[in-house]
Amino acid sequence: MPLDSNLDPATHKFNVVGTRPVRPDGIDKVTGRAKFGADAVAPGMLIGKVLRSPHAHAKIKSIDVSKAAKLPGVKAIVTRDDFKEREPSLRDVLWNVMARDKVFYDGHAVAAVAATSASVARKALKLIKVDYEILPHVTDVDEAMKPGAPLLHHDMITGGIDPAPKKASNVAYRHEFGHGDVEAGFKQADVIVERSFKTEATHQGYIEPHACLANVGPDGQGELWVCTQGHYMIRNVSAALLGMDVAKLRVTPSEIGGGFGGKTTVFIEPLALALSRKANRPVKMVMSREEVFRATGPTAASSMDIKIGVKKDGRITAGFADIRFTGGPFVGSLVDMGAMSAFAAYDLENCKAVGHDVVSNRPKLAAYRAPSAPMVAFGVESVLDELAKKIGMDPIDLRLKNAAKEGTKSSYGPKYNRIGLIECLQAAKKHPNYTAPLGPNQGRGMAAGFWFNFGGQTAVSLNVHIDGTVALTVGTVDIGGSRASMCLIAAEELGVPYEQVRTVTADTSSLGYNDITEGSRTTFSTGMATIEAARDCIGKLCGRAAKIWGIPPEAVVWEKGYAKPAGANAGNFEPLSLADIAKQAATTGGPIAGHSEINAEGAGVSFAVHLCDAEVDKETGRALVKRYTVIQDAGKAIHPSYVEGQYQGGAAQGIGWAINEGYIYGKDGRLQNPGFLDYRIPVCSDLPMIDTHIVEVPNPGHPYGVRGVGETSIVPPLAAVANAISAAASVRMTEIPMSPPVVLKAIESNGHKK
Amino acid sequence: MRYEAPTTVNAAVKLLAGKSGLAKVLAGGTDLLVQMKTERVEPDLVVDVKRIPGMRDITAKSGGFRVGAAVSSAELGEHKALKKAWPGVVEAANLIGSHQVQGRATIVGNLCNASPAADSVPALVAAGAVAVVAGPKGKRSVPVEKVATGPGKTSLKKGEFVEAILLPKRPPKSGDAYLRFIPRTEMDIAVVGVGVNLTLDAKGVCTAARVGLGAVAAQVLLVPEAAKALIGSKVDDAALDALAAACSAACRPIDDKRGTKEFRIKVAGVLARRAAAIALQRAKGK
Amino acid sequence: MTMSRVHVSTTVNGDAVEYLCEADETLLDVLRDRLGLTGAKEGCGTGDCGACSVTIDGRLVCSCLVLGAEAEGHKIGTVEGIANGDKLHPLQRKFLEHAALQCGICTPGFLVAAKALLDHNPNPTETEIRFGLAGNLCRCTGYDKIVRAVQAAAAEMRKG
Repeated sequence: MPLDSNLDPATHKFNVVGTRPVRPDGIDKVTGRAKFGADAVAPGMLIGKVLRSPHAHAKIKSIDVSKAAKLPGVKAIVTRDDFKEREPSLRDVLWNVMARDKVFYDGHAVAAVAATSASVARKALKLIKVDYEILPHVTDVDEAMKPGAPLLHHDMITGGIDPAPKKASNVAYRHEFGHGDVEAGFKQADVIVERSFKTEATHQGYIEPHACLANVGPDGQGELWVCTQGHYMIRNVSAALLGMDVAKLRVTPSEIGGGFGGKTTVFIEPLALALSRKANRPVKMVMSREEVFRATGPTAASSMDIKIGVKKDGRITAGFADIRFTGGPFVGSLVDMGAMSAFAAYDLENCKAVGHDVVSNRPKLAAYRAPSAPMVAFGVESVLDELAKKIGMDPIDLRLKNAAKEGTKSSYGPKYNRIGLIECLQAAKKHPNYTAPLGPNQGRGMAAGFWFNFGGQTAVSLNVHIDGTVALTVGTVDIGGSRASMCLIAAEELGVPYEQVRTVTADTSSLGYNDITEGSRTTFSTGMATIEAARDCIGKLCGRAAKIWGIPPEAVVWEKGYAKPAGANAGNFEPLSLADIAKQAATTGGPIAGHSEINAEGAGVSFAVHLCDAEVDKETGRALVKRYTVIQDAGKAIHPSYVEGQYQGGAAQGIGWAINEGYIYGKDGRLQNPGFLDYRIPVCSDLPMIDTHIVEVPNPGHPYGVRGVGETSIVPPLAAVANAISAAASVRMTEIPMSPPVVLKAIESNGHKK
Repeated sequence: MRYEAPTTVNAAVKLLAGKSGLAKVLAGGTDLLVQMKTERVEPDLVVDVKRIPGMRDITAKSGGFRVGAAVSSAELGEHKALKKAWPGVVEAANLIGSHQVQGRATIVGNLCNASPAADSVPALVAAGAVAVVAGPKGKRSVPVEKVATGPGKTSLKKGEFVEAILLPKRPPKSGDAYLRFIPRTEMDIAVVGVGVNLTLDAKGVCTAARVGLGAVAAQVLLVPEAAKALIGSKVDDAALDALAAACSAACRPIDDKRGTKEFRIKVAGVLARRAAAIALQRAKGK
Repeated sequence: MTMSRVHVSTTVNGDAVEYLCEADETLLDVLRDRLGLTGAKEGCGTGDCGACSVTIDGRLVCSCLVLGAEAEGHKIGTVEGIANGDKLHPLQRKFLEHAALQCGICTPGFLVAAKALLDHNPNPTETEIRFGLAGNLCRCTGYDKIVRAVQAAAAEMRKG
């Protein structure tokens, strides 16, 4: 649904869109009343627990549950034998939910029990005998690619290569994107920088562990309460895995305690449903923090080679990236998105990005906020930083010299519509934080970032009630404050106060299919559907007014919350409010509602520029971020406080990823830091205030110009922080996380001297 | 599992010395409950000592202080006189975990948990603190550096528990300080911990010193060579260099998920210098 | 290993409360599973995240590190007791006004911790607020708006 031709978002005076009212789910959340995944109970409920592999790679020779089944209080046990392989497209999902022939990572689920209490369930797990044949394992992406590396799948032949290799390997796929002739381009360059980078896997780190309460009867009807980013996805996938009819499974999303992409697939939900079905009782399953780290979906670990050439005036002549990702034991590390996004911010004649999707003995990855882009931006933006210093050019000017704009052919194929990268770069250059004085041992870095953003299947229903208040029912889970934004949009369209609308996220039985809340799609897609539903409703309200007045519907207009006669010729009638019309609903045709069922298209890409000042203790290698600024294009900020919140949240996660977060694997292939003590996310005292600047370059694909904002903010921080640390310590950082030992080593070896 | 909350030391000793199974003392619980949650420890009996009179008290004793086993780090930090006499010990105790953890954690528990990286222990070792041990055979005193014998292991016999820590009388012109290295600004286990305690004479010459090093060996170390580097000097740059070298030399660290050998050896020296500088300022009355 | 249950009499948010719990049940388990007070959350179970924060006799603690049995005779304060009927505490109002919550899972812990901070120190600097709340993890906000909300609440409370 394109930009309103009547509406120039730059100058249009919105009534409520762009204001900062208190969110509708607020009071419940500050009083402890809000119900999250683990907060539900049911009479007769059992507690479910999962037995997990202690080995990184092993064949399962046998599973003996007989002793566990006899323990008093145990009501159901499931293993691989309880799950038929029904759906080929879900094979990897099923194999991840419960191991079949092999376990592929430390923590891989092997069996699950439901018992009358948590302590009985824990005891039962100890009584399950699994006979493993331990196999050699590999967790490092480069090691996994070497000939002779332990092989995960005997039949994995690399896709995307012609002719196909004859021997199996751990490389699932090879992707390639780009255009032009990079060899010729490098020949034209005055200065070339070529560097290799490595990043370790990180976890989304949501504070709420996965939790659900399943209730399935012998007639195949079921209920599931679950914290998730996509309750329709949970329904469809779980029903398929269990052989249930989709419509018979009703999934209700709880409030969600963080997702960031990590709650976009199934983990324990099919297990809870299967146990409930077997026991014919409700089953509650809550993951421990250790299980979350070991057995949900972290990011890929990466290794990459980046080569960029520029002319003395800063013009990039060629950009090349060879990117290797490993995202666990199955294909799908999202290296293709990484390869596509590598040079997306720049207008290049010659660019080439190759991506290798490598399997290894780590948990299967899930998305994490612009998945793949942060790592690749770390490489590309670090090399550009180095080039800027080599040719004596301001790093923002170097980006401006090469920035993508409307009409640029992107590195991944399509031509850009109107985009806001240049506006972000200019705002960054003007920002007082860019020229603020630096203290001793401090350095400044900047980086640009990009994310695609998505639309997707969306359905909403907008109902007008007898007192004129409006109930908006949506099918996208609220992970960032979207209910407030939807109220603003509906109120804007209908011309009523914000407080007259209530938005509710409903269960899967209440609306048509809604894609997962991901891809920064909610404000864009659900917002677009809300606009459409509101306009649909307005048409119906005008029709009812016409009936009440006895004039043709075309003679009625909707203005500032009232139906009015279109002109003096239409008649002299008093305007009718929503309440006035709704009171007469029964006699004018029945309930009044607007609907929208769409596949939202026209999502606009979002660019960001981040500025970072870091201070390095050169005797210990410890780095602290002292100043941080996020400048990002939101298209149109519906609720500015929540847009700022996305900017700050993504930046904080990126800073944690850059400095201290990372999976640590032992020689035995087991995860050594599956907890918040040694998986170190930023604490309050680690961070400064995070300054934000919202740029608004309207997206031509949305009626108000909205662009998704949730993900782009995590893309620049790895590079912005690395460039700041590199400047502060006079080194070049090429390894993430830049923990104190890593930084100290770089300082002491005067590593990668520029 | 059984829970008991005795109201006398003798009753607690009797419970701990009892025949059946594994008995653990519960004071703050900030180590014990974590170990129970992760199934590292499965006690048959938990003996809560907080209801024994005196366990939650800080009292002046022989010019120094007696800190009961159930005094939380937070309470330690609110005791003005203790903070004035032993700022290093108090700041160390107030670095354990978070404010929430400090609301329960005790220095006695920190000592008896015997983690090589315990925050309060290097400062207690530097202070010359003594543990009062109650047991079936009566009471005995143990210098704190002799309590831990290895990671998670103590020299206490079955039925014994530490009922208090004694901090000695403070000579004039004395100061102590504790510094630790952690990657974030809070919440981490120390990668290296250094406690320095020193006394100056009227001319500003160091006449006594004790240095405790944490997280660089199987237990917290008392480093006499480091003390020797300070004694007789005015704690000038040369003395600080010698101190740093002695501390680095005393390290017997491992590589683990929190730090490498080389990193710990280097940073032990860096922190020793910085901690001694703070202790010096405090001894001078600044 | 057989469990023996403990009978506990305590006070929660000013109300007298009695319960039976297993010896190894934490106070967090008791609040959530026996008393229906699900405001305190289990984010980690090991005292590293602060989502389970409550007060015992006014002292800020992690309820996952306290046994249910230890509550005997003490006064427990949870997020459910911060508002005064339908009058929100200034901290609760400022958290809403300043958009200091996104998903809201850490919010109960932060409110209990921030209240304990301000009860102890009514005029904290930004640094004191940041270190005072270092035991509470938030993954959504980057802490900026949380700190601002606490500053605003403190200012309003100082005016009386």
